Amino acid sequence: MLAMPLLPEILLSIVGMCLLLIGAFSGNRVAKPMCYIVAFSLVGSLLVGFLSPSGAAFGGLFIADKLASFAKTLIVIGAVATVIMAAGRSVSADGVGPMRFEQPVLMLFATIGMMLMVSANDLISLYIGLELQSLSLYVLAAIRRDSLRATEAGLKYFVLGALSSGMLLYGAGLIYGYTGSTGFDAIQSGVAEMGQPSLGLVVGIVFLLAGLAFKVSAAPFHMWVPDVYEGADTPITAFFAAAPKAAALALFARVMADPLAGADQAWGQIVAVIAGLSVVIGALGALAQKNIKRLLAYSSIGHVGFALIGLAAASEAGVRGLLIYSALYLFMTLAAFACVMAMRRGGRAVETIDDLAGASRTHPWMAFGLAAVMFSMAGIPPLAGFFGKLYVLGAAVDSGLYVLAVVGVLASVVSCFYYIRIIKLMYFDEATDILDGPMPRDLGVVLAIASFVILFFIVLPGPIVSQATLAAQQLLQN
Amino acid sequence: MSGAPILSLITFGPLVGALLIMLFARGEEKAKNARWVALWASGFVFLISLVAWAQFDPRAVGFQLTEKYDWFPEYNIAFQLGVDGLSFYFVLLSTFLTPICIIASWTSVNKRVSEYMAAFLALETFMIGMFCALDLIAFYVFFEGVLIPMFLIIGVWGGARRIYASFKFFLYTLLGSVLMLVAIVAMIGMIGGSGIEDAQKFSFSTSVQIWLWLAFFASFSVKMPMWPVHTWLPDAHVEAPTAGSVILAGVLLKMGGYGFLRFSLPMFPEASEFFTPLVYSLSIIAIVYTSLVALAQEDMKKLIAYSSVAHMGYVTLGIFTNTPQGVEGAVFQMLSHGIVSAALFLCVGVVYDRMHTREISRYGGLVHRMPRYALVMMVFTMASVGLPGTSGFVGEFLVLAGAFKDNTWVAALAATGLILGAAYMLMLYRRVIFGRLEHEDLKLINDLNWREVLVFAPMIILVLWMGIYPATFLDGIQIAASETLRSSAAAASSIGDVGALFAWLR
Repeated sequence: MLAMPLLPEILLSIVGMCLLLIGAFSGNRVAKPMCYIVAFSLVGSLLVGFLSPSGAAFGGLFIADKLASFAKTLIVIGAVATVIMAAGRSVSADGVGPMRFEQPVLMLFATIGMMLMVSANDLISLYIGLELQSLSLYVLAAIRRDSLRATEAGLKYFVLGALSSGMLLYGAGLIYGYTGSTGFDAIQSGVAEMGQPSLGLVVGIVFLLAGLAFKVSAAPFHMWVPDVYEGADTPITAFFAAAPKAAALALFARVMADPLAGADQAWGQIVAVIAGLSVVIGALGALAQKNIKRLLAYSSIGHVGFALIGLAAASEAGVRGLLIYSALYLFMTLAAFACVMAMRRGGRAVETIDDLAGASRTHPWMAFGLAAVMFSMAGIPPLAGFFGKLYVLGAAVDSGLYVLAVVGVLASVVSCFYYIRIIKLMYFDEATDILDGPMPRDLGVVLAIASFVILFFIVLPGPIVSQATLAAQQLLQN
Repeated sequence: MSGAPILSLITFGPLVGALLIMLFARGEEKAKNARWVALWASGFVFLISLVAWAQFDPRAVGFQLTEKYDWFPEYNIAFQLGVDGLSFYFVLLSTFLTPICIIASWTSVNKRVSEYMAAFLALETFMIGMFCALDLIAFYVFFEGVLIPMFLIIGVWGGARRIYASFKFFLYTLLGSVLMLVAIVAMIGMIGGSGIEDAQKFSFSTSVQIWLWLAFFASFSVKMPMWPVHTWLPDAHVEAPTAGSVILAGVLLKMGGYGFLRFSLPMFPEASEFFTPLVYSLSIIAIVYTSLVALAQEDMKKLIAYSSVAHMGYVTLGIFTNTPQGVEGAVFQMLSHGIVSAALFLCVGVVYDRMHTREISRYGGLVHRMPRYALVMMVFTMASVGLPGTSGFVGEFLVLAGAFKDNTWVAALAATGLILGAAYMLMLYRRVIFGRLEHEDLKLINDLNWREVLVFAPMIILVLWMGIYPATFLDGIQIAASETLRSSAAAASSIGDVGALFAWLR
């Protein structure tokens, strides 16, 4: 079979279309079972992906390699966790109606888009995957269409996202014009033949970078992130924060390190600036935030900046650092959003960080898990976040990016302030109003698994590190 | 190398205790069970550390009881543990002080007891691991990991301004340490591995050394703490619960000095030589200025906190004299200070538990009601002043002897700190213990109970032991100190004009 390497995506598309039909006839009451079907088929697709052969498909448009399988594993973990958490929140008591059946289907299609884009081996297929993801996400952001905030978030996201897609497409066009091909392999040899990258190619790279930076939510293309995070429904926000981040970072790494490898002088410094700006803006922007979702939005900007520090190193170690960082960040994000979703009072969701006051008394295990996540995000050893930073910094320093490394660690000290403020609220302060009783079981399981990874990565770093190493090696070889 | 991984047992034993408390302590007897588990765990670890002491050969050169496990093979990072004369006594100090802290918190900590005990045991793991680590990354992990339990201990169980103090403590020390992290990462890149022994054998070029030294200095000088980055310490000490202060003064302050000895001196000898005048100046300022500040304090804990800064000034001075006496004195001073200042904080805790104030003027004439307490505090006051026969004398004397060999003026200035030290400590003692028993509420105060006596007795024995027969400890320190100096002397002989530039100070 010609398309065997893409078998998981094909199967998932079939599942998605069937679900769409079922939903059209049965309405919103099947939304919850559909969530579980989506989660189940995603896990199944991952297993199929492990069994199906690697290599190129559709005449080199797509490639299933180590990087793709690493990224797909992360995407599926993120998507499955958030779909399951969304299922638990399908009957909303917040005055907005029950979950619409489109939500799980759109989450599935967005996930297929992400899987396609991390497998893209051509600018065209890259764009198709990216847009499949983005269009699904635009709708997801506004799926609570009776909520003013959600609609605003969705519209903002759509307008800015469309603009960035346009820039990306324009950049892709220029690169095609100056290298004569849209295929990554041909672009790579075209850039290599060029020696010194021509001006047109550099302009193309800049536009491409702008588009990609928007998708990973790196500064200075980060403005949409806090609003969308705040406006969207919390399970949707969790989905935004988990799966697309990992996918877009992997895509970023692939585009820079594979087709444009020969032009690393051109993009290396831009990525370095983007990374530096992101860590600083992520740290400073979050200081004044009162809403925990906005805070996590700024924190995600900072973390993406850290991951991009690895890419700025433009080396195998750097790509490995980026992959490890995005894997660890995925678990931290999932744990953090599990806690955010558990923040309810009198049956209604609450979102300010002050609502966490005294949580260590009423929800000891949740507070413990969230504290571990916060220390990990702050990069304090022995938690996992520290090792993510370690790999990234190691690569940056090896490539001589001392200033960027120092900027990164100093920004991480600033960001520490708001992470430990959350811990202070939970542990040092007394509760004023008590959050609703025990954490729902689905959230508890997600939090437990993610915290386990965060706490015990130090003991057993092997699985994540070795897979990331293989992925980076393979990417940089060809 | 006997079969059992004894250092791992010592390092991770407390963590097992902490896990037991967190997982199984519940129900009505929760607090009581947590206390007993913590005491058993820390006591057991102390016993194992005594076994390790028996196995430890103070005359052997190099690291002993070493263990090595694969960790991050891609970066050639292994998890290595081992001790030598520099580090082993600090391990003993940590395992010795932790059970004492747990007994001291037996009744004074009443809220969230199980979390408190778990945090303390986790803290012990990090402290011991830091001294045992023979790998740069492992060292950093433990070094920074200390922040988490200490932040919680100050913030949850501290005094009125605990939040300010805990944030200041956390952010201050973290800011220094992250620069060291960049330096460590850069060193791993240059060496191609992260073993501390490899790093000590590796010779960095002088210009690289300068930068690396500065990055390590940023971290260690804050931890030490040296003037002018000491301001977190009085806040942290005042707000921390008694046992938190004890560990802070007893062990955490030694992390900086240990770091200088383990990293700065042997790995960057030329830079150390280059920056010696800077360290001398800061040390002298610390000794004289913070002693004067201590004289003006009205809060007992604050006074002892400032005295700690002054005593740490001797340590940095001794380390950078680059003489055997200086380095030995510095290590000994750290050990002695670890017990003496810990005991002084416990003394403050004793009266604080009864009166709930630390203001000096609220006390006076305690000797009439608390003769045993007066005796105990006198021993530690004298040790802090540096009376011959107590542990404080040996360290300060050796440091001054070493400083005198290197630079007479520095030694003379540092010696004034001894006089000032006597002034503020004796003033404290006089105002608290002697005089008339004027305050009404003091007339009912009780003397030390048996549990407090149990806490202080071993500390008094140790202070006298270290003062009268210091050779028990000095033998091991001596070998390690001369090793440290040998590696730095070999490089320093080639220093040439860089050192001459700053030779005006000597």
